Amino acid sequence: MSKVGRNIHVSVDRLRQLAHRDARPRKIKADAGTCPKCDSHYSADEMRRNLRVCPACGHHFPVTARERLEQLGEPGGYVELWGDLRAADPLQFTDLRPYTERIAEAEKSTGMGEAIVCAELEVRRAPAIAAVMDFTFMGGSMGAVVGEKFARACDYAAQKGVPLIVVAASGGARMQEGTLALMQMAKTVIALDALAEARVPVIVVLAHPTTGGVWASFASLGDITYAEPGALIAFSGPRVIEETTREVLPADFGRAERQLANGQVDAVVDRRELAERIGRVLHILRRPETDGTTGTAPPGLQWAQDGAQKVKSMMDRMRPGATDSGSGG
Amino acid sequence: MSDKKHGGRFVRRIAGKGRRAAEPSGDDLWESVQMARHAERPYTLDYITRMCSDFEEVHGDRLYGDDAALVAGFGRYHDRPVAFIGQQKGRDTKERTYRNFGMAGPEGYRKAMRVMEIANRLGIPVVTLIDTPGAFPGASAEERGQGGAISRSIQMMWRLDVPTIAVVIGEGSSGGALGLGVADRVLMLENGTYSVISPEGASAILWRDAGKARLAAQAFKPTAANCYRWGVVDAVVPEPEGGAHTDHEQAAEILDQYLHRALGDLDALPAADRKRARRDRFRRLGPLRDPEGGLGMAAGREIPPPG
Repeated sequence: MSKVGRNIHVSVDRLRQLAHRDARPRKIKADAGTCPKCDSHYSADEMRRNLRVCPACGHHFPVTARERLEQLGEPGGYVELWGDLRAADPLQFTDLRPYTERIAEAEKSTGMGEAIVCAELEVRRAPAIAAVMDFTFMGGSMGAVVGEKFARACDYAAQKGVPLIVVAASGGARMQEGTLALMQMAKTVIALDALAEARVPVIVVLAHPTTGGVWASFASLGDITYAEPGALIAFSGPRVIEETTREVLPADFGRAERQLANGQVDAVVDRRELAERIGRVLHILRRPETDGTTGTAPPGLQWAQDGAQKVKSMMDRMRPGATDSGSGG
Repeated sequence: MSDKKHGGRFVRRIAGKGRRAAEPSGDDLWESVQMARHAERPYTLDYITRMCSDFEEVHGDRLYGDDAALVAGFGRYHDRPVAFIGQQKGRDTKERTYRNFGMAGPEGYRKAMRVMEIANRLGIPVVTLIDTPGAFPGASAEERGQGGAISRSIQMMWRLDVPTIAVVIGEGSSGGALGLGVADRVLMLENGTYSVISPEGASAILWRDAGKARLAAQAFKPTAANCYRWGVVDAVVPEPEGGAHTDHEQAAEILDQYLHRALGDLDALPAADRKRARRDRFRRLGPLRDPEGGLGMAAGREIPPPG
């Protein structure tokens, strides 16, 4: 609608508000009803139905782990695994506040036990194990519980012979668990190899943000790696880089689209197509029940051997003195 | 052997440190952080050249470039080949810049992986020497896949069939350190530090104030004694009286003894057992509360009181 040549009646208040539009802080909250990009308003119900993607401009809002599982799974839902593991405080760590206090508060405000939720579910009728991180729980940081739940998810998926779906959203290792948090990087990377032994794939989805020790461990080791639009994917965040090297970074530094161009992810996938896309790739990668890996002789090889045998006996018959040719040596 | 000589002193020192760690004093911890970064402290090449009768350094990742912050190559060690990999710091301003302060980029970790692959193929043990404030935080490093280079280096170290030993010789901070840290045995020098992040980085993130590094060090307690207690390292290597910087020769000699002995232990094990133990070692790390499994997995150990 063109505004040119028309009388527009706007209140002074509205004009003031518009004048400050760009100066407003761009904080994103999980339940915010206003799109920070295009200022469209949505009810909580609408947001949920739209998978927390702005229908007007496609902005991706953060999703909690449980809601993500609902989005990915079939309507039948999902079965949560190892939900009662809780963090310990090995360092008796205190920064501005004690670690135990921070954990208690995070549990209360998010209703979750830790920054990762593991579950058994079906994605577009393909059975899978999912390990979904939640940025609202202490920045999705990885401590001993996240490491252990992730490792158990790998073991369980391998044992069941079903793929693992990982949704990463994390600031990195959990500072409050110190050196032991760092060790979770090794623990998770090693655990992934259970899947390799069981020959099941791991699909990684990188949500905003995936940084630090999580990006530098399991999140960058997916067999197929998708990123959500606009997600920040980096080992060092832009603030750290700018402070350390005094570089001036482009606005889209580390964002999913740029990381696609850098060759760091396979595709940038809109959340509204994510479940479909994962379902499709799981379908493509599903091995038939009776291929060479399940113990019987690989049919292709058998076929080739039969052929070779035929050729050999044919040649034997053609050879002079063919009557003696029984040795097969 | 002279193992015994250092053995007794080693145990006493650890016990002493363990006692102190129970009631950490900020100054002590800050002192060890400073010690780990001492400008005269021996660096990776200082150890390699002293411990090996000969050393052939290799260069380049065969993909993009060569990273001077991480050195790698093959050394003749006690009359056998051993692959050595480690971050390298510089001593004067010029060399520090050249070595990028020991902060390796993806090319460094890919060079490391290249050497690991060769070592594995030829059946040569791998020894890594860790000494870095962290992996290089730069836009170019990110573009070329810093995260993936570190995770793949971790993965490759775990997958190696040959014996592997990692030694934290100075400061070991963040994923940049762990990228070389997944080994059968992890040793740590007495005055080294091993942490999830440098005190300065933590201070900026957790305290939102770059000047709180001292407090951060106090909170992280990243000393060798604590890392031993947590089970993160398997042995603490003593340093010459006054610290490794006072006597490079002796520091290298003591490390050599520990390394040689650890290598001998690992040689005796079949590859499959080594790998299983390597996996279990890292799987155990990190205490937590599990209502079903009773008490949390109590990784680490208590230091028995002396006497």
